[in-house]
Amino acid sequence: MTTRITKQNTPGSLLKAVQEKADVNLGVCYQCRKCSIGCPVAGEIESPPSEIIRRLQLGAGDELLQTGLIWTCLSCETCYARCPNRINFAAVVDALKAIAVEKGVAKPEGDAPLFNRSFLNTVRSHGRAYDLKAIAMYKLGAGNLGQDMDKFPAMLKKGKIAILPPSGADKGKVKRIFEKAAKNKGAGR
Amino acid sequence: MKYAYYPGCSAHSTARDMHESCLAVSKALGIELNEIKGWTCCGASSAHQTDRELAASLACANLLKARQMGMDMVVNCAACYNRSKVANYEIVNSVQMRQSVADSLGEPYDGSVPVRHFVEILLKDLGVAALRKKIVNPLTGLKAAAYYGCYLVRPPEATGFDDPENPTILERLIDVTGAEDVEWSGKVDCCGGMQNLTRTEITVRRSAAVIEMAQAAGAQCVVVACPMCQISLDVRQADMEKLLGKKYNMPVIYLTQLLGLALGISPEKLGFDKLMVSPAAVLKAARKPVRQNVKG
Repeated sequence: MTTRITKQNTPGSLLKAVQEKADVNLGVCYQCRKCSIGCPVAGEIESPPSEIIRRLQLGAGDELLQTGLIWTCLSCETCYARCPNRINFAAVVDALKAIAVEKGVAKPEGDAPLFNRSFLNTVRSHGRAYDLKAIAMYKLGAGNLGQDMDKFPAMLKKGKIAILPPSGADKGKVKRIFEKAAKNKGAGR
Repeated sequence: MKYAYYPGCSAHSTARDMHESCLAVSKALGIELNEIKGWTCCGASSAHQTDRELAASLACANLLKARQMGMDMVVNCAACYNRSKVANYEIVNSVQMRQSVADSLGEPYDGSVPVRHFVEILLKDLGVAALRKKIVNPLTGLKAAAYYGCYLVRPPEATGFDDPENPTILERLIDVTGAEDVEWSGKVDCCGGMQNLTRTEITVRRSAAVIEMAQAAGAQCVVVACPMCQISLDVRQADMEKLLGKKYNMPVIYLTQLLGLALGISPEKLGFDKLMVSPAAVLKAARKPVRQNVKG
């Protein structure tokens, strides 16, 4: 998988934003490629981790957000664990995801942002995750309500998934945390 | 042995078996787990993909509650364990994160509450010798693959769980039960659990690779300590078999379920009825001594 990269340190470069958001210094990468060799989804994406770092160094912009690669990541952190220079590449991917969502880039395959919103909405309402509601919201939004219908009856019967919403959480604390996060985002953080 | 216990959201939903077996084993071993009152979601993988400060704040809300109890926080869900450990690590290493979290929670937190996985306290606080004395039903003849996945061991500087490439905590506990751990190279591979609902085929393929490696090593069951791994390897096994046209029949059980059997606790109290893949091979090994008694 060869990607042609041209040096274009344009104002649109994502390098600074990603380094700040992920709290990493990508300048220390010397392309040993241990991250790419250990990546369980390297075969499924256009650029493996070391190549994404190189592209960022060379001034890549929004094109990194438009490919599906950042949404294929499993957050397994093998890249980070094996990096000899301790670059937290998993945090780089999280930063790219957050920037993609902020910029409203086209929804990726699988629509993970919709899943994350559905999940966190239940946490905000109940103080704890409410799987059934999160899954229903996600599947409704993603239009794949039919998938996994073969498993739900057995899981419900076995009590492997809860029907009733969670109770007993300190909801006030969670509400405050979400309100602060929304406020910080509004302040441009 | 008293701890502040953080069950995690899955304890009352997809991982009731993990929670029930943890409580049953604790009771049998005299470990006192005090559930943190009003505990809230750690943010799981959705929060850190969305907003780092939100993720750390959600995890720290529980760490602050544990601090008030003055005990180590014990977690049995590897994902919650990971998020809590990472939050502590970020708080200690970043002034900006510490300030942001304090602002979000309305009180300061210094990242100092010890976070322990339940299997760590079994091995390090209770110890192998004390555990062996309690084994009444050794699972002799059962071959088990110890599977760690990602959350326990990575990132190593935050979790500090064990050797990140070759951990042995689960093997040492399997050994205590009388079962035999198999040598295999898949124990810290990823099951693909994070894409379970979003890019299901990736999860199915990753998990199938793990199951096949365990099978090739001669394992009769995979032993886990993470509900994300358990769901991927167990609930998705039917999808793997369909996609790849093979039959696996590989039970995927929690370490606490395995240990519980060896401690003589009934399978019903350990949540064995919650498993999707039949745990017959495991339960057969557990029943053996009883049969011998009947014959004798």
